[in-house]
Amino acid sequence: MTTVVKQKSDVMLNYLRPKMKFPSVWCPGCGNGIVMGAFIRAINKLGYDRNNMAVVSGIGCTSRMPAYMDFSSLHTTHGRALPYATGVKFARPDMKVAVITGDGDALAIGGNHFIHACRRNIDITAVLINNYIYGMTGGQGSPTTPSGAFSTTTPYGNVEKHFDACNLAIGAGATFVGRATVYHYPQLEKMIMQAMEHKGFSLVEVVSNCHTYFGRLNRRGDASAMLKEFKENAVNITKAKTMTPEELENKYVIGTLYVNDDKTEFCDEYHKLMDVAQKRKK
Amino acid sequence: MAKNKRKLLQGNGACVQGAIYAGLRFFAGYPITPSTEIAENCARFLPQVGGRFIQMEDELGSMAAIIGASVTGMKSMTATSGPGYSLMQENIGYAYMTEIPCVVVNVQRGGPSTGLPTKVSQSDTMQARWGTHGDYNAIAVAPSTVADTFTETIRAFNLAERFRTPVTILLDEVIAHMRAIVPIPEEGEYEIVNRVKPTKPPEEYIPYEITENFVSPMPGYGEGYRYHITGLTHNTLGFSTNEPEEIVVKLDKLKNKIDKFQDEIMKLRVNNMDDAEVAFVSYGSVSRAALQAVSLARSVGVKVGTIQLYTIWPFPYDKLREICSRCQKVIVAELNMGQIIHEVRRALPEDIEVLPLQRYDGEILTPTQLLEKLEEVL
Ligand code: SF4
Repeated sequence: MTTVVKQKSDVMLNYLRPKMKFPSVWCPGCGNGIVMGAFIRAINKLGYDRNNMAVVSGIGCTSRMPAYMDFSSLHTTHGRALPYATGVKFARPDMKVAVITGDGDALAIGGNHFIHACRRNIDITAVLINNYIYGMTGGQGSPTTPSGAFSTTTPYGNVEKHFDACNLAIGAGATFVGRATVYHYPQLEKMIMQAMEHKGFSLVEVVSNCHTYFGRLNRRGDASAMLKEFKENAVNITKAKTMTPEELENKYVIGTLYVNDDKTEFCDEYHKLMDVAQKRKK
Repeated sequence: MAKNKRKLLQGNGACVQGAIYAGLRFFAGYPITPSTEIAENCARFLPQVGGRFIQMEDELGSMAAIIGASVTGMKSMTATSGPGYSLMQENIGYAYMTEIPCVVVNVQRGGPSTGLPTKVSQSDTMQARWGTHGDYNAIAVAPSTVADTFTETIRAFNLAERFRTPVTILLDEVIAHMRAIVPIPEEGEYEIVNRVKPTKPPEEYIPYEITENFVSPMPGYGEGYRYHITGLTHNTLGFSTNEPEEIVVKLDKLKNKIDKFQDEIMKLRVNNMDDAEVAFVSYGSVSRAALQAVSLARSVGVKVGTIQLYTIWPFPYDKLREICSRCQKVIVAELNMGQIIHEVRRALPEDIEVLPLQRYDGEILTPTQLLEKLEEVL
């Protein structure tokens, strides 16, 4: 069933569940749609056998994505997409497993699972859509809400510090870490392809617009204004390396931030362990 | 029957051997007393049979991982104790809702909270029925000996596969840590049930189709059936719904698949009940004391019997009423402040007196205590 759909317009129809689930729950202009488009095009270009691929998510606007796509889709509990995906991948290492998650899902309620999936270096690709706010519940602050930013639970400005998901992943042991924005969707598509092909835990953080809440509460304008802001403030990693921390303030550093091809992968290592255990039994 | 192999096993070890016999190939867990030996045994024995063991970062992750593995078609299990069982509840609810078979062992210790990590208790029997939020039907079994633990674990897996649901094994600290000789059956000696797979081609497959027994065939991920699984209330196609009719169909399915086939799940051991005027109702390690007490009391001519509940949930209301019909008094002996006694009261007519014998100080109920209670009520 390995088929690469060539016609651009057919790609989406082929991978979506048009009769089942549309219109989507997303607000018009939400960055989630752009990410879904990039994800589908990436998988199509990779030519993966769709029957051998699972897409897992947790809870939130972003986590609704797997329902719209024609893969084996597992929409789980809040924060737990990674351990569910770990179960799928460890049971069936031959399957391609992707997790679609958000900043609240992956970094707040699911933070513990996030760092441990990185640490294990299990061959899962996590696409983390970071829109700096809880969308589904109506605009509450998240672990990536910048200090001073407004949300319905930070009505006087956020007094907390925020996580940098990519740094967190690198520190915790992930072996492919990259960042893109929804404005830079061709790069995003390519990065998803690289991450899926990478053996080990890979994170693609996507800076995205929740104009409905983050945009409105922080006077960032509508979806297109937010995309424009991403365009203007994105700095490629190569250039970022030549810039000072002050210059990098409020910038989105994009590109492949970290790759390590030497570290062993969890399922591979376990398979070696199985051989040892079986020999010892005899 | 071929001469059986025999093994000296701890209760927790017997659970693992029974599970592997039943087809367990995936265990995810987090260390917690008094269940830890189950994880340790799985870490050692599962890779030998081509299975997988993973120590997760917490109990939420453990429960999630075993559901993920089961989705691929692999039989999976986790084991924990009170605090961990509490942490697992949300994901156990997910498995009820999405109808994914798996087995959860709760080696009970005293609670609430951290409670008594090394002391016996039976105070999670209600949690095994009502632990997660929402409306659903639950299955829980309770072995009373090390050998029982082996066979009840097999039964738990068979029920999970047959009914597409999580099944809880309620062990307690006493059985879990006790050692005994356990007969190990040959392959094929016990029936092993596997989930029903779809026979329809993928284009015609309806993931939550209402069948005659309300259980829908379940393909593994990667077997050519691409379908959606969600913890949102869903229609038969597996997609979330807010339609009142579809909601009712789903919740009725969860209820009916167990309610209407309870006979397949019920298991009690009835001892000396034919002429009994007084009965002990018990489960788990307390049943051992009950058997001993009854044999002592019978030797001096007291008409007393015991009913041991192997199946705790669904509760055997009708069976209990039938068996106790000639009794005047029923003593419910349990290691908690009164949990199953309420179900026994609901089961029996008002003219049968239902009396409590409860211990919740972390110690076992002894045959002597049961005999004393018997004397008191006679
Ligand atoms: S609330 Fe925000 S994140 Fe959710 S769909 Fe709307 S724009 Fe997107």
